[in-house]
Amino acid sequence: MRPRRRGGLAPYVFLAPAMTLFALFMVVPIGYTVYLSLHRTKVSGLGLGKGARKEVFVGLDNYAVSVGDGELWAGWLRVLGYGVLVLVVMLGLALLFALMLDTARVRLARFARIAIFLPFAVPGVAAGLMWGFLYLPSLSPFHELFGADLLSRTTVVYSMANIAVWGGTGFNMLVLYTNLRAVPQSLYEAARIDGASELQIALRVKIPILMPAIILTTVFSVIATVQVFTEPSTLRPLSNTISSTWSPLMKVYRDAFVTGDLYSAAATAIVIAGVSLVLSFGFLRLVRDRAFGEAGA
Amino acid sequence: MATSTLASASRRRAAAPARRPLGLVPTGVLLLGAIYCLFPVSWVVVAATKTPGELFSTGTFALGTGLFDNLADLAAYRDGVFGLWMLNTLLYAGGGALLSTAVSAVSGYTLAKYRFAGRDLIFNLLIGGILVPAVVLAIPQYLLFSKIGLADTYWSVLLPQILHPYSIYLARVYATAAIPDSLLEAARIDGASHLTVLRRVALPLMAPGMVTIFLFQFVAIWNNFLLPFIMLGDDTKFPLTVGLFTMLNAGANNPSLYNLILAGTFVALIPLVALFLTMQRFWRTDLSSGAVKA
Repeated sequence: MRPRRRGGLAPYVFLAPAMTLFALFMVVPIGYTVYLSLHRTKVSGLGLGKGARKEVFVGLDNYAVSVGDGELWAGWLRVLGYGVLVLVVMLGLALLFALMLDTARVRLARFARIAIFLPFAVPGVAAGLMWGFLYLPSLSPFHELFGADLLSRTTVVYSMANIAVWGGTGFNMLVLYTNLRAVPQSLYEAARIDGASELQIALRVKIPILMPAIILTTVFSVIATVQVFTEPSTLRPLSNTISSTWSPLMKVYRDAFVTGDLYSAAATAIVIAGVSLVLSFGFLRLVRDRAFGEAGA
Repeated sequence: MATSTLASASRRRAAAPARRPLGLVPTGVLLLGAIYCLFPVSWVVVAATKTPGELFSTGTFALGTGLFDNLADLAAYRDGVFGLWMLNTLLYAGGGALLSTAVSAVSGYTLAKYRFAGRDLIFNLLIGGILVPAVVLAIPQYLLFSKIGLADTYWSVLLPQILHPYSIYLARVYATAAIPDSLLEAARIDGASHLTVLRRVALPLMAPGMVTIFLFQFVAIWNNFLLPFIMLGDDTKFPLTVGLFTMLNAGANNPSLYNLILAGTFVALIPLVALFLTMQRFWRTDLSSGAVKA
């Protein structure tokens, strides 16, 4: 089963395109971001003429500014609330739908599976647009139903989370369902013969089997959520409650392209990358420790 | 004995689907989920048929009479720029996914079937790319592209999206499962070169997996907003996502433009939804043919 072919130079030639792209579009940009994050332009004299603006090494100054920025912290808090909401509801629904699809007596399963997966084929911008218009008081069918403005300061975070949940549930459901399908049916039959109900089988057999897949989808969802950009950007023109720095990534975009402060933008981008790495590894460790704890008990 | 018990149990299960009361619950839950997911899409289809007056006056799901006017307005919008956005998106998604699938398939096959110094290191490096947030890459990519004069070109959107770590991972899993080592060895013993083995033996066996990789990458590029939004300034090079966003920005405070935006959203959804529905059997998230991989 293990690969046994030795090909001399062949494997390196075959991997050359991927490695070249990796170097050009991953290593160099990451290196450049790190470089920018440690530098700043210094203006000497009146800042006129060639050589008046010089890039100087400033150590971790940009990071200090980024970490000390109250606006960015507010952004992190908003995204934290939004992210917990999205992760819990989206992955909860994905798991629920996957388990329901996997029950023996479900009808219309194929239709439901395709329908729930359909939002995957809808661009985030289009999803933001459709829901955004559906939230607009002048068009919204929910407006009368709930009697609330869905784009107000207090409700907009739920409205935004709904767009992400709508767009992401189907894909996660499919990943979990695919994993469930790979389990031999005899395992469930054995549990049934032992007198387990469908609910018990779902909770005691299927969910433990799904744990690795649940962990993986959670990690990917955390990485995506930390970088939320499209949904708030699309709702922004429709609501005056979303600032241009609503999420940390929006602040990076504003710093880089609106106010033109590349150095702060680079430092904040690295901080975002760091936060998503810490969150994903932290989550992995937490789950692994718990799993080992249970195995030992 | 045990086998016959199992067989009769599963036959019983298939024969009496309505016997257990729980059958209603999963069906009901899934139908609610389906309605939730179809709701905004079906609304935008209906909304695209309404005239500006009807949009604000008729019921949410009442069909309107303005579909063709809306489509004509859309086609005429800024000298037909919307059609250009469609073509651009097709070029970015089609070309990018094609190149990406080729690179991923060759890399995945090599990583699965060759043993060579540095293989695990290369694989881990490539896969590690999954964890790098897009923003850490997109901004410096833009700056570097502008240094060599390639920002705001088709290349600036195409090139960065060819390397896709998850596709390489999928291709490796698929190559491991789909290509028997014995076949590769037989071809080598017959005197085939590495390139011939790749082209005549490996890639044809990987074709179904490559379709799946192509589809996922096609959708990912089609739906991408951040990268083209950062890279492009000239609206004749926009993909649909950025184009729709600029339409929204221009028309959000002008309710008479809502029809145009909604018609644009509706038209933008058609190609991908069609592709999605016709290629159902290739939408798989696991390419190891049934084996559970963590």
